Amino acid sequence: MTADQVVSRLHSGMTLGIGGWGSRRKPMALVRALLRSDVTDLTVVSYGGPDVGMLAAAGRIRKLVAPFATLDSIPLEPHFRAARERGAFDMMEVDEAMFMWGLHAAANRLPFLPVRAGIGSDVMRVNPGLRTVTSPYDDGETFVAMPALRLDAALVHVNRADRLGNGQYLGPDPYFDDLFCEAADAAYVSCERVVDTAELTKDAAPQSLLIKRHTVTGVVEAPNGAHFTSCAPDYGRDEAFQKTYATTPWPQFAARFLGGDEQAYRSAVGEGS
Amino acid sequence: MTEVTGTPFLPPTRAEYCVIACAEAWRDAGEILASPMGLIPPVGARLARLTFSPELLLTDGEAMLVRPDGTTEGWLPYRQHLALVTGGRRHVMMGASQIDRYGNQNISCIGDWERPKRQLLGVRGAPVNTLNNPTSYWIPRHSRRVFVEKVDLVCGVGYDHAGGARYHRIPRVVSDLGVFDFATPDHAMRLASLHPGVTLKQVREATAFDLVVPDDVPPTRDPTADELRLIREVIDPANTRAREVGA
Repeated sequence: MTADQVVSRLHSGMTLGIGGWGSRRKPMALVRALLRSDVTDLTVVSYGGPDVGMLAAAGRIRKLVAPFATLDSIPLEPHFRAARERGAFDMMEVDEAMFMWGLHAAANRLPFLPVRAGIGSDVMRVNPGLRTVTSPYDDGETFVAMPALRLDAALVHVNRADRLGNGQYLGPDPYFDDLFCEAADAAYVSCERVVDTAELTKDAAPQSLLIKRHTVTGVVEAPNGAHFTSCAPDYGRDEAFQKTYATTPWPQFAARFLGGDEQAYRSAVGEGS
Repeated sequence: MTEVTGTPFLPPTRAEYCVIACAEAWRDAGEILASPMGLIPPVGARLARLTFSPELLLTDGEAMLVRPDGTTEGWLPYRQHLALVTGGRRHVMMGASQIDRYGNQNISCIGDWERPKRQLLGVRGAPVNTLNNPTSYWIPRHSRRVFVEKVDLVCGVGYDHAGGARYHRIPRVVSDLGVFDFATPDHAMRLASLHPGVTLKQVREATAFDLVVPDDVPPTRDPTADELRLIREVIDPANTRAREVGA
């Protein structure tokens, strides 16, 4: 598939999970394609980075489900920050572990999972819909019943994949990309390079095969598809460009870098550096 | 026995007292993960690992568990890290944009959450950390803006909100002025030690709530000659610590 074909299957009002973590291995080519479409009014579920920042800046988010948004080397995501400060979208702000167990619940077709997190904190105050559950055993402890974060669609980016949707990560951290795919009705995997199935394990251990094809709807070959976030070991974060992103007013940034397709993006980035 | 040779050492800087105060958080911690944030706490954690707490586990800041020389000894991606938190075998030292007298911490936003005056990071892992493993705090610039009467959003749970939760514990708060703990009957924050050169008046003026101050406040302990050598020559020769706490 192409990135634009993926986006043609997304609709306004959807709940969309986005893989990676902060400014690490984000499916940015798919996000850029999404920004070229008119899909909007999204509920975005993400360990937030520039994916959240860009979609927020472009006014595509109705509700954000996240424990944070950050650019890692730049701690505060400027566009997420600006959008929150102008009250641009609703938010379900939950803890990092609550978020993970919400994905696990969705992947396991459970309505919730008990989590020892949230109680005592204002996560409970700002999410009045959160319920607690008391252990039916002798301990009687009360936990948050973290609701399943079921997704209409998931977007993730990995290093390699075959045409069938078997996705491979070659960096140090899988993040939660397999869970995003399992929690979604449709998952789209972009990758640096599509390879033959046999090539996946020629030089890499089988446990690098993070994403299984039965959880994947479509595969997109997107070289540099995580740019400007990191995609170890293929490339690190483009810190200089990330700084440009963080310091350029959004309309200017969008006009200069996001007006055209992925090839236009790449040449605009090349000219800028 | 360690023999100190070479040029005589300059006296410890404020940043180096902060390193010692952070390192002490992990004394007698056993075989657990030290999760330091910021610049000075990682120097402290490595100092503890190299001296009085050799069993500590340390990460490279990403997905690897590493020995002090950088040798990888384990793998700890985010999902395993979050699972390790709930197992309790960890002592994290987080930052705080605001902290109050009972140790409630805020890193999410300033002002009303619904529409913040200043959006910060988000709650991150503070809620899960504070209910599951010892959580200490590091504040490089002690001020009334940070040490507040009441935090705008409770991210890390303080003693008055914890309801006696089984694994809740805030061992210490370290700032550039001193060390604080909650060893009081109602777990209100107490001044535990002053860094040399800091006065009680300074601390009081930089704190927006009434601190519990014992009759005798000890100074933060001096680094040993060996500790100073390790900090300056082995752990932090680039002097990143001075970027966080200046002279």
